[in-house]
Amino acid sequence: MFQYCADPSSLDGLTWLSCYLTTAKHTAFYVSFGTVLLLLAVTAPAALAMGFLGASAARSRLLPLSVLGKGYIAIVRGVPDIAFFLFFVIALDQGIEYLRHIALCPDWDQPIRQGNDFLVCPAAKAPLGTSPQWVHEVYGFGLAVFTFALVFGAFAANVLFGAMRAVPRAQLETAEAYGMNTRQIFWRILVPQMWVYALPGLSNLWMVLIKATPLLFLLGVEDIVYWARELGGTKTPQFTDYPHGDWRMWYFLFLLVFYLAFTRASEIVLDRVMRRLTRGQATMGGEAQRKAAA
Amino acid sequence: MSCWETLADYGLRSLGIGERLLPRSDFTLCQQFVLIGSGMIWNVYFGVLALFSGFFLATGLALSKAAKNPFLRKPAEWFIFVFRGSPLFIQFFFAYFLFLSLKQVYPILTPLTSATLGALVVLFFNTAAYSAEIFYGALQSVPKGDIEAADAYGFSGWPRFRRIIWPTMLRLAWPAYTNEAIFLFHATTLVFFSGFPAAKQKGDALYYANYFADKTFNPFIPYPILAGYFILLTLLLIGLFGLINKRLNRHLPTAPKRGERRLVPGFLR
Repeated sequence: MFQYCADPSSLDGLTWLSCYLTTAKHTAFYVSFGTVLLLLAVTAPAALAMGFLGASAARSRLLPLSVLGKGYIAIVRGVPDIAFFLFFVIALDQGIEYLRHIALCPDWDQPIRQGNDFLVCPAAKAPLGTSPQWVHEVYGFGLAVFTFALVFGAFAANVLFGAMRAVPRAQLETAEAYGMNTRQIFWRILVPQMWVYALPGLSNLWMVLIKATPLLFLLGVEDIVYWARELGGTKTPQFTDYPHGDWRMWYFLFLLVFYLAFTRASEIVLDRVMRRLTRGQATMGGEAQRKAAA
Repeated sequence: MSCWETLADYGLRSLGIGERLLPRSDFTLCQQFVLIGSGMIWNVYFGVLALFSGFFLATGLALSKAAKNPFLRKPAEWFIFVFRGSPLFIQFFFAYFLFLSLKQVYPILTPLTSATLGALVVLFFNTAAYSAEIFYGALQSVPKGDIEAADAYGFSGWPRFRRIIWPTMLRLAWPAYTNEAIFLFHATTLVFFSGFPAAKQKGDALYYANYFADKTFNPFIPYPILAGYFILLTLLLIGLFGLINKRLNRHLPTAPKRGERRLVPGFLR
């Protein structure tokens, strides 16, 4: 990157470090922080949408729908999330390939499961074997986002389900008395009021989501954990211009500090949002704010 | 091979007892059930020991965090922040590589690089931090009247804590603490997916489930088995914690059951 980096073996101290930290691989490491942030930015709304669907289904009056919603919440919450991450990525991959296989190769006569192999026709591979590297990466990332949304959607559904029940019953009864139908009550009365009750749970969920991002590594995405292991490992002079010992401890310390800073920043922002939302609400928090102002 | 033989061969495989080689082909359903179940031993081991030891550290941390003295309060606050603010996965990695470096300086610390002890230490600190935050919250909401009443009866110092504050704190914290216990057991599955190696393929339930999923390329059998085991474990945990909860709340008036209530005529109430 810098001019003086041409011959690293002649450098030492800070200049060596400045060259070392700007190698192409380190740039990839820094970019992977962007991957994590992107995942969070995409997953959070997706999980919220899943949660909304789940919670609406769980409180539905139709029995099958409510069983489906409650079952979804209970099963995902009862099983370690890492198991879901490992399971869904293969399951989704196979599911997509299987559906494409049925659609694209109707005259394929061999069975798909041959002993321990899962074989579909080449045209049904997702993504296609011939497609460029970035398509594979985007596909992998998409699977990861979907899995995250599915798992955290269940947690969000649980929070929203509780929040919907926390809205005072009288509000809904009043709406009924004014002649609103079920749909109107849901969209005009229940949904706008539930957010205050949901926010503590949702902000907690956001913290959990932040802390689940290192699991991306298990989904085959080249994320910060992957690079920290890769870059931190012992490097011998044969393979690199920057030989060093086992520095993985320091790389992971850096990740630890990154996550701590991120958590702290989120805490501060969420505190502000909560203060903003409780303003003027008929809750204990709102009352405390009124008293402090007076 | 019958299922009983499989059970004899692989039932304690996760501890290194029994057949040395894992099955390599022609996987049967029985093998998957037995091996994944055998792996659960590790999950229970990590969970139970970390939870038990973490409970005491958590109580101490919660008290320190509530203390007025900053020399007690600040370290507790930082400990809780560091362990609650960073992902457990990263903590495992960092701890493992830290222990590896320490081992080179102090060879006596070698056992820490194995999952048996090293991962247990991380889980212990982690659950202590999470539980401490729960206990701290509960400590702050111990009713003022309880403490005043204790003062009035001449309780002070240790007896006041042991007999009045501590039981009330536990009672208030228990539902949240139950959740933490469940999450801790789920978190034990991370151990062998972070830095800690599974020596001689002695791994936990997820390790074996992953092994089968990789070998058969069929996730639809091993992972649901794992999920089943964990749901059973979770139910067991909820039952156990429910019993303790009942004991903690035994002095409180319980809401009369609907059936009993109807027997009492309205005018008598």
